[in-house]
Formats: sequence, C-alpha cells, structure tokens
Amino acid sequence: MTPPSTAVAQQSIPAAGPSSALRRTGSLGERAGSIWTLGVLLLLVAAFCVAAPNFHTKAAWVATGLAATEVMLLAVGEAFVVINRGIDLSVGANLGLSGMVSGYVMSTMLSLPQPLVLAIGLVVAIAVGTSAGLVNGIVITRLNITPFVATLGMMGAATGATQLINNGQELSSLPSDIFQIGNNAVAGGWIPIPVLVVAVVVVAAGYLLHQTRFGQHCFGIGSNPEAAERTGVDVARHTTLVYALAGACAGLAGYLVMAQLAAAAVTAGQTDELSAIAAVVIGGVSLFGGRGTIAAAVIGTLIITVLQTGLVVAQVSSSWQVIAIGVVLVIAVFADQQRLRLARRR
Amino acid sequence: MSNDQAPVLETRGLGKRYGSLVALDEVNLTLRQGEVLALVGDNGAGKSTLLKLLSGNIEPSAGQILVNGERQAFRRPTDATAVGIATVYQDLALAPDLDVTGNLFLGRELRHRRGVRRWLRALDRGEMRRQADLALQRVHVRVPDITRECSSLSGGQRQAVAIARAITWCQHVLLLDEPTAALGVEQQREVLNLISSVRAEGVSVILVSHQLPHVMEIADRIAVLRRGRLAALTDKDAVTVERLVALITGLEGEPDGNAPSAATRDRKALA
Repeated sequence: MTPPSTAVAQQSIPAAGPSSALRRTGSLGERAGSIWTLGVLLLLVAAFCVAAPNFHTKAAWVATGLAATEVMLLAVGEAFVVINRGIDLSVGANLGLSGMVSGYVMSTMLSLPQPLVLAIGLVVAIAVGTSAGLVNGIVITRLNITPFVATLGMMGAATGATQLINNGQELSSLPSDIFQIGNNAVAGGWIPIPVLVVAVVVVAAGYLLHQTRFGQHCFGIGSNPEAAERTGVDVARHTTLVYALAGACAGLAGYLVMAQLAAAAVTAGQTDELSAIAAVVIGGVSLFGGRGTIAAAVIGTLIITVLQTGLVVAQVSSSWQVIAIGVVLVIAVFADQQRLRLARRR
Repeated sequence: MSNDQAPVLETRGLGKRYGSLVALDEVNLTLRQGEVLALVGDNGAGKSTLLKLLSGNIEPSAGQILVNGERQAFRRPTDATAVGIATVYQDLALAPDLDVTGNLFLGRELRHRRGVRRWLRALDRGEMRRQADLALQRVHVRVPDITRECSSLSGGQRQAVAIARAITWCQHVLLLDEPTAALGVEQQREVLNLISSVRAEGVSVILVSHQLPHVMEIADRIAVLRRGRLAALTDKDAVTVERLVALITGLEGEPDGNAPSAATRDRKALA
C-alpha cells in the first residue's frame, strides 16, 4: 500500500489548463463589472450637474437621498431574495400595507405619549412586513409555489388589504412628530434621518450577506439548491427567513415613507418592486441566483434614483422616469444573461 | 488486504421494494477498511438503489446497514455523513458560484471562536482557507486557486473538489456514483489516481461504474448486481472483463446458485 502516495503526488490534477487565460479575464471582467456600474453612476451625476444647475445643491442632494431610502431598503431585501434564487414582487405592496396598518394602529392611540406611539408604530410596521414575508416564504417552500406566483399573489392581497383598512382613503391623523422623523436632517442639514437609518441597515445587511453563515447559505442555495440540501443546509427554513427579511425591510421602508409624508398613502410603494428589482439587477446581482453583493444593490439603487430625480430636476415628464427604469432593467438583464452564457461556454 | 479486518460497512439482507417491484433483494455485502469495492451491473440492476440506501437518501424495506459493527437507520443523507459515509453524486452537487473553499465548507462553515467577531458570528474565512488547503493536499489535489469559483474549474478538478469535500467530512466510507462519467480521458485518469490516493489514506470506497476497464484497474473486489440481487462478489484478480460482462448480463449461470434463485423468484412473481 505504500507506493501510491508518492506516485500519485506527481500525477495530481494539473493546475490551470490551457484555457486559464480566458478564465482569468472572466473574473477580471466581473470585477470590472462593479467598477463599471460605479462609473455609470458617477457619469449620471456629472451629466445632471451640467444639464441641471440645481442638481448639486443641498436641496437636490437631500431630495435624492430621501428618494433613495425607499427603493434602497427594498433593494437590500430583494438582493438577499434574488441571490437565494428567488424573486419578491410583493415588496412594494408590502411597503404600502405595513405603512397603512402602522398608521392605523397609531391613529387609534393618539392620546398616549408621542414617543411611545411612534415606537409602537415602528414595531407594527416591521412586524406586518415580516409577517407578509414569512407567508411568502411558507407558501414558496411548503406549498411549492414558484416565487414569482406566490409573491404576485401576495402583491395583490397586500394591495387590496391596504385599501380596505381606511376605506381607500389616505390616513393622516398621525402623531405630529412623525414628520420630524421623516424630514429632519443631521450634519448641518445634509443627512436626513431616514438616510442615516438606511445607512445603518445597509452596513448590517452587508455584514449579514458577506460575513456570516446565513449569507453564505444564500449564495450556496442560489448557486445550487440541491447541493446545499445534500450538505445539510435547511433550504426551506433558510429560504423562508430570506423572504421574511425582505418583508422586514419593506416594513421599515413603509414606516419611513409614511414619516416623510406624515401620512399613510394608499398608493405608497406602488411600482416600487420594479425599481427594487431593477436596482439589484443593474447593480450586478444575477437573476439566476448565487451572485451579487449589497454594494451592487446600493449602486443600482443610486443609479435609478439619480436617474429619477435628475429627470425631475431637468424637467422631463415623470412618465419618462418609469419608461427609463423599464428600459434600463431590460438592458441589465440582457447583460446578465450574456455574462452567464459566456461563463457556461468556458 | 487481509480478510480478518472488521468490516467498515456491512449490509445484511438489505432490500428495497416499491410496491410490488423489488428494486433490491437480500443483499449481503461487506466493505473492508481501505479497500475499493466496485459495484457493477446493468441499468436497473439495483446499483443506484443500493447507493441511495447507503447514503441515506431512501430507507430500506428489509435488512440492516452496519457501520463499524453498529446498526444504523438512515433517514436522511446527513445521518449517513454523521457516521462517516460521504457520497459524491454523479451530477457533482457543487455550487458553481462558490469558490473551492466555500464548497468544501458549505453547510459546515467555520466561525470565529473568540473576540468581537465571535459575538458577531463572523465567518472565519482565513481558517477555512487554511483547512481547505490541507484537505486538498491530503488527497494530492492541486487546484489553481482555492478562492476561485468552481464554475471556472475543469470537470476533473471539480470532481476532485467534490471528492475532497466528501473525505474531509467523512473519514470512513466514500461512495462514488459514476465518478468518471462525462469526463475526458485525461480527466478520467486524474480521478482514478485520486481514488487510489484516497484509498492510501485508509478510506474505504464503493465505486459505481459502467466502465469495466476502470473497475478492473482500481477495484480490489467487484460486486455484480443483477435484477436487484447480488449475482457475484469476487476479487478483482479472479475475473476478466469478459467474465464480468457475462455476470452482468446473466448469460452464464452462477456456480454459487444466485442466478437460479433469481429465476425462481421471477417465477414466483409470475404465479
């Protein structure tokens, strides 16, 4: 039994084969991808600064920041879901429902001290969002409904429920201080409170995705669910938690949007799922699962938001914004497919 | 290979039925420490059923599985890995987007054990990389870069990573399902070399393969399955490829009487 070990050592699997140069450009190309999206973002900012002189003012900066918070929270949750090889179409409707339920609960306790009511409202919003996400996860993993259909159903249910709560009316009998949460800014008025909150969430989400077992399992499941299952990862449980996490982000977003308007709007979050999915895909998260970063979701969101507010500042009709996002989304998915096709060919 | 070593893995009267269909019937096998036992047979002979039973993917309808002399009841694949039986599936079961280290540790990621990072439940990537390096060295596998995604590796390298992962977590038994299928000639050679270096490490291997020349080259003993029954169990040196083909197809009667009994069973089933 002794001879094999040395003989085998020499005949071991050879290092990089003939196509190794090609593979290296592949990984280089991927790194260039995130630099590329960052470049697009900077280019957009520069372009709008030239096209619209107001764009680099404090007011425009704050407006862009506030506008970004809504989509960024949804995009962060969506990034986990998409990397886990899923999709969540219900995040926008979930945002609206969470805000409306939270607002309704707060409107029934206006006689209590304001800080307490505001805290209860926050807990309710996150709880509603998380619950809707949990239902998504359970329907997907236990009833084996595809994520697309399950979350499309949830989108309809949540939209309807939002209208039922206040008879389809906007709800504005909220504690008056909520406006301060949504609009006060720190650092000399440059950083609104919602932006600060979202920054904390982004850092925590980045840590969760890239530095913990939970995040690693997202990549494992998204890359090959069967392989993850065989190695002992509880895929159903993990996937359920991922949708619950996306729901929690939507709940927090619902609260912050309500705080900015000082009202719970029936239309809050409408078509936000389009922006959120577009944001993660534009940033470079693969719709096929297994690939992506939180940084991608952040850059993607900023590209979309700058595009939106930039077009507003440049006085382009708001209908063009939605069209622009749709077009950019399709281009980003096309690029993703090309990348995967190239990777498969290797 | 002395015969007095205790069997690492043993099946006693192992059987699996699906309704009236007998997929596997009364299989008695022993796997000795550090041997390669090849499992051959035609399609539908029961090879994959046997492998699924041993890897805990399905539960037997009859008989027992013993690991190091102790009876085991596997309900799921993780039960089998817990007692040291690892399976490398035909379709590899690697996560192509994870790097080599990520794949070796998928489902068993290491975390920091002290300080703030322990409290934050942070992954210990440095330690995982170090251990991954050692694990690959142990089976003499060289991959260009363990931080490289598995999708960028060749088929042979991926198979090597899958085998390295299996034996990293399972010290006793390695089940290989068609490990050389879908590989080029050179890569098949690499995998065969890898199997012998795994054996040299003292790991026992059950190898399912259609490629009889490979079986003849690498196996110590060969078990032939035919219609769910063990048709023959022989030392490699005692058979030729021609004889193996005859045993697999059943075109030649078996001296130990297994083939006639299979025929008897068929007659019973018809009655």
